[in-house]
Amino acid sequence: MLLSIKDLTVDVDGQPILKGLNLEVKAGEVHAIMGPNGSGKSTLAHVLSGREGYEVTGGEVKYEDQDLLDLEVEERARKGLFLAMQYPVELPGVNNTVFLREALNAIRAERGEPALSAVDFMKLMQEKLKIVEMKPDLLKRSVNAGFSGGEKKRNEILQMAVLEPKLAILDETDSGLDIDALRIVADGVNALRSPERGMILVTHYQRLLDYIEPDFVHVLANGKIIRSGDKSLALELEEKGYNWVLEEAVA
Amino acid sequence: MSTGTEQVDELIRQEYEHGFVTEIESETIPPGLNEDVIRQISARKNEPEWLLEWRLEAYRQWLTMTKPEWASVHHPDIDFQAISYFSSPKKKDGPKSLDEVDPTLLETYEKLGIPLEEQKALAGVAVDAVFDSVSVATTFKEKLAEAGVIFCSISEAVQEHPELVKQYLGSVVPARDNYFAALNTAVFTDGTFVYIPKDTRCPMELSTYFRINAANTGQFERTLIIADDRSTVSYLEGCTAPMRDENQLHAAVVELVALEDAYIKYSTVQNWYPGDEQGKGGIYNFVTKRGDCRGRRSHISWTQVETGSAITWKYPSCILRGDDSRGEFYSVAVTKGRQQADTGTKMIHMGRNTRSTIVSKGISAAHSSNAYRGLVRMAPKAENARNHTQCDSLLIGDKCAAHTYPYMEVRNPTAKVEHEATTSKIGEDQLFYCRQRGMSEEDAVSMIVNGFCKEVFQELPMEFAAEAQKLLSVSLEGAVG
Repeated sequence: MLLSIKDLTVDVDGQPILKGLNLEVKAGEVHAIMGPNGSGKSTLAHVLSGREGYEVTGGEVKYEDQDLLDLEVEERARKGLFLAMQYPVELPGVNNTVFLREALNAIRAERGEPALSAVDFMKLMQEKLKIVEMKPDLLKRSVNAGFSGGEKKRNEILQMAVLEPKLAILDETDSGLDIDALRIVADGVNALRSPERGMILVTHYQRLLDYIEPDFVHVLANGKIIRSGDKSLALELEEKGYNWVLEEAVA
Repeated sequence: MSTGTEQVDELIRQEYEHGFVTEIESETIPPGLNEDVIRQISARKNEPEWLLEWRLEAYRQWLTMTKPEWASVHHPDIDFQAISYFSSPKKKDGPKSLDEVDPTLLETYEKLGIPLEEQKALAGVAVDAVFDSVSVATTFKEKLAEAGVIFCSISEAVQEHPELVKQYLGSVVPARDNYFAALNTAVFTDGTFVYIPKDTRCPMELSTYFRINAANTGQFERTLIIADDRSTVSYLEGCTAPMRDENQLHAAVVELVALEDAYIKYSTVQNWYPGDEQGKGGIYNFVTKRGDCRGRRSHISWTQVETGSAITWKYPSCILRGDDSRGEFYSVAVTKGRQQADTGTKMIHMGRNTRSTIVSKGISAAHSSNAYRGLVRMAPKAENARNHTQCDSLLIGDKCAAHTYPYMEVRNPTAKVEHEATTSKIGEDQLFYCRQRGMSEEDAVSMIVNGFCKEVFQELPMEFAAEAQKLLSVSLEGAVG
C-alpha cells in the first residue's frame, strides 16, 4: 500500500475540518476526491504535505509503511510525495532552472544518486518540457513570477515530471484554466500515469475528469468520505449536484 | 514536527564559525590616547617628520570634533582611552618568505580558509596579509614589480615611495573629514598601498585579508590606491575576526584615486564577528571609503558584501570630478541577531556627463536593523549628469527593520536622478513551496536570498562571488520566522 489514511481528524484554528477520514491509495491508481466548497479537500492535500497550521488530532497516515505525519515537509517530498499547488508561489529572482535543479538534486541525494551535471540536467529538461508543451524561455525566468495562470499550472506539472514522485497530489489543478490549458495540463498528467505512481486529484468540478480518467472517485463532505465509486460517480455528481449524495448520506 | 520559528532560533544561535584567538606575543603600546602615543607610533614606524605633523594635526582636530549621531545605530559610548593603539606580532625583522612566517599565524589563516600559498598562486591572486597592524607576508611582489605595480604595506610605502604617499595620502579623505577619519589619521598603524603606473593593466587581482586579533586593539587601517592614466586594477578585501568579549573598534580609511581613463574596481566581503545573541562583543565598523574619479573618463566601482560586525557605518563614495567619469556602488548588506547596519554611498557629480549607478540590497533578519543611506549630489557644473539608484530591502521574519534614506541635491537642470525602491519579505508560503519540492529551509532561504542579490554578485570577481554566496548562506542559516 502506497498511502493508507485511517480515521484522520484534523483541526484548523481549533475548528474540526477532517472528522475521521479513511482512504487507501495503491501505486498505479488515480483517485479523484470531489466535494463541495469547505468540505476539507484542500485541508487533506495540505495535511498530507505537512504544511503548518493543520493540527492532527487523531488517526494515522501510513506512507509506504512509515508514519507520514512524523516526517518534515522536505522529508516527505524527498520520499516521493509531491503536491501540485492550487496557487503556485512566485519566487522573484530565483531562476526556474536553478529551482528545479536544486529540488531534483535534493531528491536524488535522498535516493543515493549523484547530483546531475548542468549538461545532463538541461537534456532532461528538454525532454520534460515537451510533456507540458512549455516554451524553454520560461526556464530562464524567475519561478512563476509574471507567469499566467495556465503557465503556473503547467510549471507545476513540469516539476512533477522532473521530480518523478511516487505519490502526486494535485490540488484543484483545473481551477482557473481555460479549456486549452486544461487539455495541456491533463495531457501532461496522463503522460505521467504509471504503475509505480499513485495520484490523488482534488477537484471541485467533474470537468477535469473528462480528461483524466480516475480509477476511483470519492466524495468528501463535512470532513469525511461519504461515498466512493468509479468514474460514473463523478458523472452522476455532475448531473445531480452534491446535495443528492449529502442527503443520501444523512438518510 | 517542530515549528519554523523554533528551527530559526536554533540556527540563529549557531556560534560564529571563525571565533578563535591565535596566541602570538604582541608588542603593544599600553591603552590610552595622547600626543605621546602618536609620537611613539610614528617613531616605531620610523616615519618622516611631515607624517608625524599630519598625525598630530589630525589628533588636535579630532579633539574638537564630536561623534556623529545622525546614523541609525545605537551603542554605548566608546572609551578611546581604553584602547591600545599599536600592536604588532613580535618579530624583529620582517620575514623574507612564507617559511619565516610564524607557523601559528599560518595556521590561523588556514583555519579561515585563506590559503596563502600555492592555491592563490594558481588563482593568480597576490595576498598582502595584514595581521593586526603590521603586514607579515607579501607574495607575488616580483611579478607585480615586473609590471611596475607597487603593492605593499603603507608603512613600507612611506619608506620606499615617500613622494607618492605624500602627494596622495589624505587627498581624497582629508584629516578633518569626519570624526573617525580624523582619529584614523592620527593613529593609523598599517594598511595597503597600491600604485598602478600609466598604461598598465595590473596582471592579477590584488587582495588583502584583515584580521583583528590582539585584545583591545583598535584597528586603524589606511589604504591608498592610485591608478595612474589609462591603468586598470581590481582589488579585493576580505575579513574575518575571532570571538571577543569587548567591543572592538575598527575605523579604517580607504582612499582611491583614478586618473585619466583609469579604472579601479574595489570589492569587499566583510564577515567580522557580529557579537553574541544580545549583540555583545561584536565589532564596531566605522569606515570611511572614498574614491576620487579625478581624471576624465575615469571609473571607480565599489562592490561590497557586508554580513558581519555589530555595527556597520560605512558609505563607500565616489567623487566624479573628471568629465565623463563613472561611479558605481553595488552592495549587499545582511543583518541578523542584534546587528545594526547603516550603509550606503555618496555620488558627488562635479564633472560633465558623469554617470553613477547605485544598486543596494539590504537583507534583515531576527531583531536586526538595516538602513540604506545614500546621497546623490549634482553640482552646478554637472551638465547632463545621470544617476540611477535601485534600493531593495528583503525582510526575514517580523522583528527586523529596514530603512531607506535617499538624499538628492540637484543643482543642474540638465542632470537626471532616478530612484527606485522596493521592500519584500520571505513568506512562509515561499518556504513551504521550496520545502515541498525537497529543499531544506536553509537551502530555500539561501536560494531566495541569492536570487535577490544576483545583480550585486555578478559584479564580484569570479572566485569572490562563490565565497560571497557561501558566506550569505552560512549567515542566514535558518533566519526565518
